[in-house]
Amino acid sequence: MKELTFATLLAVFEEVFGRGLFWAMVAIAAIITVAYLYVLVRDRHMSARKFLLAQLFMPLGAVAAVVFVLRMTNSALADIGGPVDWIVLLGVAGAGAVGLAILVYTAQSLLRPGGDSGGD
Amino acid sequence: MDEFMKGATSRRGFLGLAAGGAAALAVAGPGTARAEPVRTSAKIVILGAGAAGTAMANRLTERLEGASITIVDGRQQHWYQPGFTLVAAGLKPASYTLSDTGDWLSDGVKWVAEHAAAIDPDAQIVTTASGSRLDYDYLVVATGLSLDWDAVEGFSLDMVGQNGIGALYAGPEQAEATWRAMDAFTDKGGVALFGRPATEMKCAGAPLKYTFLTDDYLRRKGRRDASQVIYAAHGKSLFSVPVVDEKAKLIFDERGFDVRWNHVLTGIDAGAKTAHYRVPESRALAADGTVTVTPEREVKIGFDFTNVIPPQRAPQVVRESGLSWADRWVGQGWIEVDPGTLRHRRYPNVFGVGDINGVPKGKTAASVKWQVPVVEDHLVAELDGREGSAIYNGYTSCPMITKIGRAMLIEFDYENRLTPSFPGVIAPLEELWISWLMKEIALKPTYNAMLRGKV
Repeated sequence: MKELTFATLLAVFEEVFGRGLFWAMVAIAAIITVAYLYVLVRDRHMSARKFLLAQLFMPLGAVAAVVFVLRMTNSALADIGGPVDWIVLLGVAGAGAVGLAILVYTAQSLLRPGGDSGGD
Repeated sequence: MDEFMKGATSRRGFLGLAAGGAAALAVAGPGTARAEPVRTSAKIVILGAGAAGTAMANRLTERLEGASITIVDGRQQHWYQPGFTLVAAGLKPASYTLSDTGDWLSDGVKWVAEHAAAIDPDAQIVTTASGSRLDYDYLVVATGLSLDWDAVEGFSLDMVGQNGIGALYAGPEQAEATWRAMDAFTDKGGVALFGRPATEMKCAGAPLKYTFLTDDYLRRKGRRDASQVIYAAHGKSLFSVPVVDEKAKLIFDERGFDVRWNHVLTGIDAGAKTAHYRVPESRALAADGTVTVTPEREVKIGFDFTNVIPPQRAPQVVRESGLSWADRWVGQGWIEVDPGTLRHRRYPNVFGVGDINGVPKGKTAASVKWQVPVVEDHLVAELDGREGSAIYNGYTSCPMITKIGRAMLIEFDYENRLTPSFPGVIAPLEELWISWLMKEIALKPTYNAMLRGKV
């Protein structure tokens, strides 16, 4: 119990979200990741244009993640008190930014395969 | 599409965040290596199916094979008590703290849904309210404590929610009624009066938390300037751990709280909206060597809102069992266990877990998390013909909310040493958002996992 094991962490997450929702979210995250890897392998290169659009969504993802977390936890930006708070908040923003960028890139690649021809 | 994307990514972010928070509480608790179950035919009776009893029963079913494990508790509802402060602050509904006792007990546990009426540690028999007799080889006392509402003269629980009277310790409904009273009070402002009993109590941080939360609402609603926040401390300190006490005093000062020392609540006059206190005799030594004696006196303080916390003691069935300390905490009835092993000092086949233990610290759910593996270790080792080695060091944890959105993660042991789970990362005496997150989102899952015997 002194050790934080992976199983412990899973148990805690199951409790936070409920078993169904948690594993549904894990599944969605896994599907998006697999789809991302799939389009990378399929296209055999990163499309600069799609990547640019995906990057443009990053601030939105970061802000959305922070707003969501603050709302979920009855907190406000003014509650950020020390370095560890900033680290957690930046982590949330970073995860939101990267997550949305991956999703946008993958969605573009799946919806418009080869859509690169117009630009680069 | 936009909504979907937002949802997906922010949930991902949230996951990362929750991982950090959950990690904090998940590491609390001494380790017990999972071994092959020990075969035994021992009869084990656990009194009380609260946090301590339930966690204990579920862990023992995992560790033992063939044992008869009986848990005795007449209460159908399980209360997640650390949530009461959040309910009384309007942040969670009463249902957040409610579940069924039976939902938490694993199949190997026999639940006798009755209260215990008598314990005979010499004959090794527990008698239930209906008169059934349960004989045991080992007894784990996990009854929790009794809130002695009758000790507050003029007060009754049906007053809660009216006339500015709250009592968030009483249960989920009363915690919600307390919120209604606090919400109505903070709309207008006035005198808010808080305090704690002079007995040992569960979660000694909660009276302070609730003072901070009420102050926060007054500020949010623009009523703080028109209000007075009074804290009637039962002694000369706000908290038993000196370094935390100093910090709490600093924050009290910053927030402009008016502290009255040595005030022991004796009664409530709901009609006149006054609280009655006894201030014991005090002696002061002047520089010239003269001693001034101030005799005991009665004090009345008027309030527009108050949160009543009564004296707390062992349930009657325990007080009458002969298991209590004879010379310590006289009148409170906490059981005489060794502070390290939690084994009864006079009856070696009796253990205590949770609030009922007569030890100087440890009346919180986080303490239970550390106590359960210790009792488990000694009990299972004995059944296996070995000697247990786990020791409880008094670990107690209190996420001290200082406003909505901030808390201090205070952890300490018997010696009043701070024992931070994340030294150098989460400062115990700093008001932090991450400590708030732990209280708000990570604590309940960790608690539930503990009940299931998982963590």
